[in-house]
Amino acid sequence: MAETPKPDELFENIDHGMPDEPWEEVPPDLSEGRFCYPTKKKNLEYLDMPTTTKDEWSPADAEWPIPDNWKEIIHEGFKDRLEKYRSLKVFMDTCVRCGACADKCHFFIGTGDPKNMPVLRAELLRSVYRNDFTTAGKILGRIAGGRPLTRQVLKEWFSYFYQCTECRRCSVYCPYGIDTAEVTMMARELLSLLGLNINWILEPAANCFRTGNHLGIQPHAFREMIEFFCDDIEEITGVKIEPTFNRKGAEILFITPSGDVFADPGTYTMMGYLLLFEHLGLDYTLSTYASEGGNFGLFTSSEMMKRLNAKMYAEAGRLGVKWILGGECGHMWRVIHQYMDTMNGPADFGETPKSPVTGTVFENAASTRMVHITEFTADLLRNNKLKLDPSRNDNKVVTFHDSCNPSRAMGLLEEPRYVLKHACNHFYEMPENTIREQTFCCGSGSGLNTEEIMELRLLGGLPRANAVKYVHDKYGVNMLACICAIDRAALPPLMDYWVPGVDVTGIHEMVGNALLMEGEAERTMDLRFEPLPYAEETEEDADE
Amino acid sequence: MNAAYLYSLVTVVVLGLIAYAGVEAAGLDVLFGVIIPYLAFIIFLVGFANKIIDWSKSAVPFKIPTTMGQQKSLAWIKQNKIDSPYTTGQVVIRMLLEILLFRSLFKNTRTGFGAGRRISYKWVIWLWLFALLFHYSFLVVVIRHLRFFTEPVPFFVSFLERIDGMLQILLPNIFLSGFALLAGALLLLVRRVFLPKLAYISRPADYFPLFLIIGIAVTGLMMRYLSKVDVIRIKELTMGLATLQPSIPEGGISGLFYVHLFFVSILVAYIPFSKIMHMGGIFLSPTRNLANNSRAKRHENPWNYPVKTHTYEEYEEDFRDKMKEAGIPVEKE
Repeated sequence: MAETPKPDELFENIDHGMPDEPWEEVPPDLSEGRFCYPTKKKNLEYLDMPTTTKDEWSPADAEWPIPDNWKEIIHEGFKDRLEKYRSLKVFMDTCVRCGACADKCHFFIGTGDPKNMPVLRAELLRSVYRNDFTTAGKILGRIAGGRPLTRQVLKEWFSYFYQCTECRRCSVYCPYGIDTAEVTMMARELLSLLGLNINWILEPAANCFRTGNHLGIQPHAFREMIEFFCDDIEEITGVKIEPTFNRKGAEILFITPSGDVFADPGTYTMMGYLLLFEHLGLDYTLSTYASEGGNFGLFTSSEMMKRLNAKMYAEAGRLGVKWILGGECGHMWRVIHQYMDTMNGPADFGETPKSPVTGTVFENAASTRMVHITEFTADLLRNNKLKLDPSRNDNKVVTFHDSCNPSRAMGLLEEPRYVLKHACNHFYEMPENTIREQTFCCGSGSGLNTEEIMELRLLGGLPRANAVKYVHDKYGVNMLACICAIDRAALPPLMDYWVPGVDVTGIHEMVGNALLMEGEAERTMDLRFEPLPYAEETEEDADE
Repeated sequence: MNAAYLYSLVTVVVLGLIAYAGVEAAGLDVLFGVIIPYLAFIIFLVGFANKIIDWSKSAVPFKIPTTMGQQKSLAWIKQNKIDSPYTTGQVVIRMLLEILLFRSLFKNTRTGFGAGRRISYKWVIWLWLFALLFHYSFLVVVIRHLRFFTEPVPFFVSFLERIDGMLQILLPNIFLSGFALLAGALLLLVRRVFLPKLAYISRPADYFPLFLIIGIAVTGLMMRYLSKVDVIRIKELTMGLATLQPSIPEGGISGLFYVHLFFVSILVAYIPFSKIMHMGGIFLSPTRNLANNSRAKRHENPWNYPVKTHTYEEYEEDFRDKMKEAGIPVEKE
């Protein structure tokens, strides 16, 4: 792969001019660095999914290893999904190409590639739909916007439906609510029918199926890693925490993305959760079987999503908990909020979630029995159940990145802000059109946070980074808080590239830093083993 | 792209000429005045109903509203009832605002690359404004035309005419809606032709209905303000159509009228097969017409089927020894 150019150069080269040739005639760029690596065959086999006809292949190859009757497979798969999903059918028919979505996509803003305009991304599928399934398309063909399915079209799908992070930003502006996430999901399901998947998604999915989490952490290692954090916590705070694993009869099962267990800075967020639960004396347990909050099945097919998600309810039932508490993760919460109960419910365990600390009943989660950690913590704060010293975070000037799914597929906007504002003293919002329901994706969502497309990811993440840069320059923001494990993995390189000097944190890392634990030693370090700000600095700032 | 709109423009002009020549030269008044309008209307009814039924037949497996505001969660956090509706009533309000006021379009922004490598997002309302102008003037024009198909003319039609004709400076009375419709359609067309991104995504299917509607508006305005057609005879024809006793009035009607009627017939018959179906689709859009209460109320997927999972038993089978060694409780020792 070619060296990534310097930020200035990359930025200057973004061209939003439209090509002379019609988009139908422009072939997709499948050169190295522009595509995600295809999945290893073993993952497909392990998950009983259709495979390609050759074990090793590259999207750069002229001939793709697909079965001879591939057109038929796609056609039948398309037909099936048109019946199963009204969304697909309505979204195929109703677009008027008004252009409102065109410049709303982070990938279009970053790359200037016209097929990254949501309208054209959907047209890639729509043109085949018209040709195969509509009267006008069958009679008028090209004039009616129809286009026969060819190998080039298939390559285009692979290229552009793996350049969409299913963030739903375009659907906010569409007058008919056309959601490209939905279109992309369907297209990826169709590609899956031919074994065309990417390794960065299928490997975690296969891992998750077997070990319970994307990273393939086995039970004993999972326990060891958590205990390692507990040692760190003890070193930093003097407090010894002994969480339980797979414990029957616990009141609450806590599930968070395995990224929080595996990689910095997510691990600090994990330490924050552990501190919080200890602070409350919560009767909870962790599970090594349901050790993944995230769900890369969502990026594969609804069936795979359901297969991976099933562990949550199964484990809650087996352990006999009353309800489930979920950690900070973006797409995890899309699955839990909009899909889980429908797919794997109704929940056959427990009761409507009720905070054992405040007595608050979470009626909004009455059926799924699962509560978001920021809902839980916001309620604690509101009821004055936490002792916090936010000045311990005074060296951090913080802004908040709304993760796509919690904002646009859940509406979780105030809870994380409420928690954050209690945990730190310096908080500044990014510009209005880049936060809340208008938030920009990190550029690496929906399974695209893979190294080989780093330049694309940096371009896709540009709008987010640019908004961070604005508050970095204006207010000296040096910490980007988020509630998503993919963000915590994807934003650090994005910040290093576009806005050096900005770190990334989860909300509960900030909470963990600020929590005054019973019996704690005097803290000199935050959860990253970095020195706490000097005491005298903490006095002067009550702003924000 | 240029070809796309030229095709469409030429097609519409040719269609107009066919109707004009058909009536004026070939005397096909019955074809253009009775047969085609009836046919068009039937195609519209059947096609429209078919499409709606076809959409309705597809399942709604998941509750997937796009949330654009604060969810309902804790009692003290203010829910955004319109953009994150929790009850059916709130969904109805969201849908009404979407359908009647194009609320999502109102949020439109324009992305710009400014000085100092700053990307900006400016609120722009032009598209929303043009769309509103176009759709509402079209609606008024359609309602006004009920005058041709009813006797006596309903009160709301006359009432609307009075408002529409407030600008009483010329004779005949000027109806604003006709000019507004033409202006709206022209503005949408200009946008499509001159904004590079829009021109790039536009297809014949985008230009054709616009030119057709412009054709309808122009012929309509011409009849009313320039080449005075015989309104009495037109009403005789249209009432005949409406009461299923079609006849061509004696003495005939100007070819211009038939061009107008032919354009309308084509448009009406074209609707079910075109993007104009967005008028029906918006009602069925799952990202807008569902409540954001999926954790509180379970949504049923009609085709939900059992899937192969990796059960706890299988998992423990795989890792029992390691679990025991790590002190993690197991079901089977």
